[in-house]
Amino acid sequence: MTVLEQRGAYRPSPPPAWQPRMDPAPLLPDAEPYRVLGTEAAAQADPGLLRRLHAQLVRGRRYNTQATALTKQGRLAVYPSSTGQEACEVAAALALEERDWLFPSYRDTLAVVARGVDPVEALTLLRGDWHTGYDPYAHRVAPLSTPLATQLPHAVGLAHAARLKGDDVVALAMVGDGGTSEGDFHEALNFAAVWQAPVVFLVQNNGFAISVPLAKQTAAPSLAHKAVGYGMPGRLVDGNDAAAVHEVLTDAVRHARAGGGPTLIEAVTYRIEAHTNADDATRYRGDAEVEAWRAHDPVRLLETELTERGLIDAAGLEAVREDAEAMAADLRERMNQDPGLDPMDLFDHVYAETTSQLREQRDLLRAELAAEQDGPDQQEGDRR
Amino acid sequence: MTTVAVKPATMAQALTRAMRDAMAADPTVHVLGEDVGTLGGVFRVTDGLAKEFGEDRCTDTPLAEAGILGAAVGMAMYGLRPVVEMQFDAFAYPAFEQLVSHVSRMRNRTRGRMPLPITVRIPYGGGIGGVEHHSDSSEAYYMATPGLHVVTPATVADAYGLLRRAIASDDPVVFLEPKRLYWSKDTWNPEEPAEVEPIGRAVVRRTGRSATLITYGPSVPVCMEAAEAARAEGWDLEVVDLRSLVPFDDATVCASVRRTGRAVVVHESTGFGGPGGEIAARVTERCFHHLEAPVLRVAGFDLPYPPPMLERHHLPGVDRVLDAVARLQWEAEG
Ligand SMILES: Cc1ncc(C[n+]2csc(CCOP(=O)(O)OP(=O)(O)O)c2C)c(N)n1
Repeated sequence: MTVLEQRGAYRPSPPPAWQPRMDPAPLLPDAEPYRVLGTEAAAQADPGLLRRLHAQLVRGRRYNTQATALTKQGRLAVYPSSTGQEACEVAAALALEERDWLFPSYRDTLAVVARGVDPVEALTLLRGDWHTGYDPYAHRVAPLSTPLATQLPHAVGLAHAARLKGDDVVALAMVGDGGTSEGDFHEALNFAAVWQAPVVFLVQNNGFAISVPLAKQTAAPSLAHKAVGYGMPGRLVDGNDAAAVHEVLTDAVRHARAGGGPTLIEAVTYRIEAHTNADDATRYRGDAEVEAWRAHDPVRLLETELTERGLIDAAGLEAVREDAEAMAADLRERMNQDPGLDPMDLFDHVYAETTSQLREQRDLLRAELAAEQDGPDQQEGDRR
Repeated sequence: MTTVAVKPATMAQALTRAMRDAMAADPTVHVLGEDVGTLGGVFRVTDGLAKEFGEDRCTDTPLAEAGILGAAVGMAMYGLRPVVEMQFDAFAYPAFEQLVSHVSRMRNRTRGRMPLPITVRIPYGGGIGGVEHHSDSSEAYYMATPGLHVVTPATVADAYGLLRRAIASDDPVVFLEPKRLYWSKDTWNPEEPAEVEPIGRAVVRRTGRSATLITYGPSVPVCMEAAEAARAEGWDLEVVDLRSLVPFDDATVCASVRRTGRAVVVHESTGFGGPGGEIAARVTERCFHHLEAPVLRVAGFDLPYPPPMLERHHLPGVDRVLDAVARLQWEAEG
């Protein structure tokens, strides 16, 4: 039975006695995160897909290390690494069709890049040359959202609008475990369920909101359990298992596209690096914990599967690595170039038509820049 | 030439008509909010829209202001023109983050690629005997947020014209509806509504030579009444209705103040940190050599909005405005 059918079953009918809205059982997540790699289900997985996921995962890992290195060189203001979470990032993006939309948070650069956005443009926000480097419409990727969970209602609104228009577009909205405590998370899930909007909510539970562990964030048995209260299915998946994440997301996307409404997916994963390069993770967690998670590394899990089943050989692995290196080299080189900013851009995109107040301020800045160009001697002369 | 009966209409009716006409003219216009559908809104401003255009175009949402405005952002991203109703001034605050963090800056952060044509209608201000949280003058918060237009009508014709322009605007507009003027009537022809000045233009509601009253929204009728009363004192007051707080029409305001040489800013909102401080400063910066007296402010007291039985003491009325005008004369005489 689809969720839609279940809903029909308990529209209140006279006499108006209160009835529980539905049997929560089909909405509740499994007790254990769903896994594919290393299980019998792996044999069913499409080898081509596994190889594609692997190549993207390796690229993603390389992107993370390169971007982190760029922060050390002062080329990026900050970088929230998703090392350890690449499976969620990549599999989520690959579960979407071209016409679908992605609503990422600040940590989701990899998903953005996997959608086809230029790796340099995806870093614009973090470099600081503008807030959003890419055209959101070019690849149907909303701007990276920094305020937590605020992008979730946007995903709902967009998916709702698409459905009203008759387009079978699905919106994927990504959020962290900490973000699930925000009011916007609640409002978005509730709206999506009431409107039966084609949205997939993906929570990357990486264990921490900066320093605060999940246990201080929620008392729920799992974050996926939150779904049942809204009337949507909750799924729990091993976030380091790219094949599992891809399968669960693909199911949810299909379900949404078919009119089944939203799904909440909790991907259990781990943030291997600190929150950002500016954070000191040793203050709130021990090495043993990090090492245990390193053993469950998403790249290694997939690589083991591919090698053991003979789906990739040494040459194949080498080709994947070379491709990732080339991407990193290109990223490095282009990030080392001056972004070439025009300060007059500041005034161009505040309103459709620049207000008289902003025109005056623009003239002031233009005069200041002209004076700078003339050089300090000239300025000195002007003042006299 | 056809003659159409020009009947008295209320501001609320003009607002409804504006949404209706906008929805009829443009299928991308959608109205959403709490109780806007079947009920027609708690002030009945969306009356009949759901019936005429269906629940997909005029939607009763769950009770969640951030969700309403956040969903409107996504709808606008996909090419719709959402018109959002916030039920009351103080209940718009849960949506404030969406407004400040996303609505106001989406055009800017995407370098113009993702404009958000959203109209946020907010009934605001006092004078209707509302209990706590039903009478806030919240305009200064919105004015302080770059990227938003902030407009407020004072007449029936402007209510219609400004709302049509707000809905047609490619920028987000905070449309503040002075709720104590909802039932104010004017002769107005809904079939042939007169063109009104665009957003960003102030209008001189009454010309005069002695001083300029700079005001907007709910205080416009107060100032008009004060100007009438002032005639007895031999003062000939000009009344400028700002209509739009952002963008601000420096040209019209300053032209008036340069003519009269004196100005009083009148609004319900608190004086400290309120719109009047900004307006007085702008006028002083631009018209200093024409001023015969300091620019004065007549504002609500710097209090949380008072309980209904005391609000008349808080709201600037005709006497307080006339007192300020009298002080201008005194200052002028030195
Ligand atoms: C509304 C809001 N409050 C606070 C912050 C500051 N902040 C940035 S990231 C973060 C932790 C978020 O944790 P989580 O949602 O688990 O995502 P993760 O960083 O682990 O990917 C906080 C508190 C913010 N960005 N937005």
